[in-house]
Amino acid sequence: MIGATAGDVRVSGLSKAFRGTRVLDGVDLAIEPGERVALVGANGAGKTTLIRCLLGQYTHEGDVSLGGLAPRSARSQVLQRVGFVPQLPPPLKMPVPVLLDFASAVCGSPRERMCEVSVRLGLAPDSLGRRPFAKLSGGQKQKLLIAVALGRETDVLILDEPAANLDPDARAVFFELLAERAERTSMLISSHRLDEVAALVHRVVELDRGKVALDDRIADSGSLAVRLACRIELARPEEAAARALRAWGLREEAGGRVFEGTLAGPDRLRFLGTVSRYSALISSLELRQAPREDA
Amino acid sequence: MSDEALLAERPATASGSAEPTDGSALRDLWLVAKLDVAESLRARWFAVYSVVFGGIVALLFAFAVTESRILGFLGLSRLLVTYIQICMAILPIFVLVTTVRSVAGDREAGVFEYLLALPVSLGGWYWGRLVGRFAVVFLPVFAAMAAGTGWAVLQEIPVPWHLFGLYTAFLAALAWCFLGIGMLVSSIARSVDVAQGAAFVIWLVLVLFLDLILLGVMVQERVAPETAVAFALANPLQVFRTGAMLLFDPELVLLGPSAFVILDAFGRTGYLAWTLGYPAAIGTLCAALGFRWFRRHDLP
Repeated sequence: MIGATAGDVRVSGLSKAFRGTRVLDGVDLAIEPGERVALVGANGAGKTTLIRCLLGQYTHEGDVSLGGLAPRSARSQVLQRVGFVPQLPPPLKMPVPVLLDFASAVCGSPRERMCEVSVRLGLAPDSLGRRPFAKLSGGQKQKLLIAVALGRETDVLILDEPAANLDPDARAVFFELLAERAERTSMLISSHRLDEVAALVHRVVELDRGKVALDDRIADSGSLAVRLACRIELARPEEAAARALRAWGLREEAGGRVFEGTLAGPDRLRFLGTVSRYSALISSLELRQAPREDA
Repeated sequence: MSDEALLAERPATASGSAEPTDGSALRDLWLVAKLDVAESLRARWFAVYSVVFGGIVALLFAFAVTESRILGFLGLSRLLVTYIQICMAILPIFVLVTTVRSVAGDREAGVFEYLLALPVSLGGWYWGRLVGRFAVVFLPVFAAMAAGTGWAVLQEIPVPWHLFGLYTAFLAALAWCFLGIGMLVSSIARSVDVAQGAAFVIWLVLVLFLDLILLGVMVQERVAPETAVAFALANPLQVFRTGAMLLFDPELVLLGPSAFVILDAFGRTGYLAWTLGYPAAIGTLCAALGFRWFRRHDLP
């Protein structure tokens, strides 16, 4: 397509049926370079099918282009500039170094760059030796898949519930990594829950039974890399609440009555969701934008 | 990056097809083949497969097949004849089932969704998997035969090198044939169950046409021998079987009257060439059809 810019995503009249059942029904969508879009919808709404059409994996009716090129007919060129993180890690039996070598070779990006991203997320690939990818924990797999997607130059990121298996620290780093490329990379972040991704995006597209049911801009969510200093006081020590707050990386003080630490800004809604379960116990809660800690 | 720069990095073909025209398709093929070998070496089926063929050779030695005599064959020739007959029985079904299970299984498990989201060409992916899989299905069979031959050399048992070479080529052709059929089935079938069922039916039909149906049709319908032989010549299993037989029974006495048709039409050398070329051509044709299907339909 003449005049198209890298990072442009254009979907026009996209329809896809499986055995007579229409899963996508005339979807129109345009994502500008640098735009971050949440793709939400219930199970079966067509999110995965739309993603697979964008990746050139499905035949379809209508037009799809990324950077002006159709992913179905120019897949290598298109996918060279697209990073993808799937919702469920594939059960790859190959050792981790083999996966990284393969990914870096086909993507034309140094393996060290992918390893650096993985290390930032808290997983040193070298420490895994030759363990098969399938034998890693859910969080380790997710970190490696993110490292492969973000450890190279891309114009478009397609992320299917990318942070679901990450611990709070890794989530914070993941948001920083997204922030570092936010200006130049279009992002489509899929989730079945809006609260999971709302803080990451400028815009929400909701699919319902294969159609775009909602396409709306949301209030600027601020920087992806912002950190929040958090302090919570409980009326009395409570083990279940303490366990939940420790899982968010908060330090326990005053005999389990006070918890302090920092959170990733985009995680505030998720965090408040966790805290709401113990609202009767909370005597004080403070969230303050914190200066960015140097690594 | 601009379109121009993007296209300069991996140029598209003039028709805008999926396959790049530079060396990246070959590079992808090599990378995918290595990846498939790395995956297969960790798979349980590969361990079972290797143990079965290694075990067969070990058993043939343990039961002193090299000492027994049949049709004048003794020593390693006898062992190789027995080994090749056993391979004909189990190699095709092993290759078919493991290929469709792993390829269709990968599709079902989401492996295709992830790996085909990387910038690998479809040609490189498909043919790379075929080449990698050929290495892992053929090498254990060859290694078992080579190990037996190596043992014979150490024991100072005479080695019929011409037989060894021809059997190696026959086995490679047979493995390629069923690998191609397996890739075609895996490309078309959308689930492991369907793929496995289809593979089993194909194998069963070919086995039944070896003798049972072929003989039944000949007796009941009184078909011309040429027609029955044509059927036999179209069945890669029967072609392999007759070719292997030809190596230790040059007049094809064991085959009966059909031998006249075969030897008159082909001659010994011609039939040996057919035994090598026909299964290889069937495998390549099926693989090419499978690729055509794979490229034109949904990938995961």
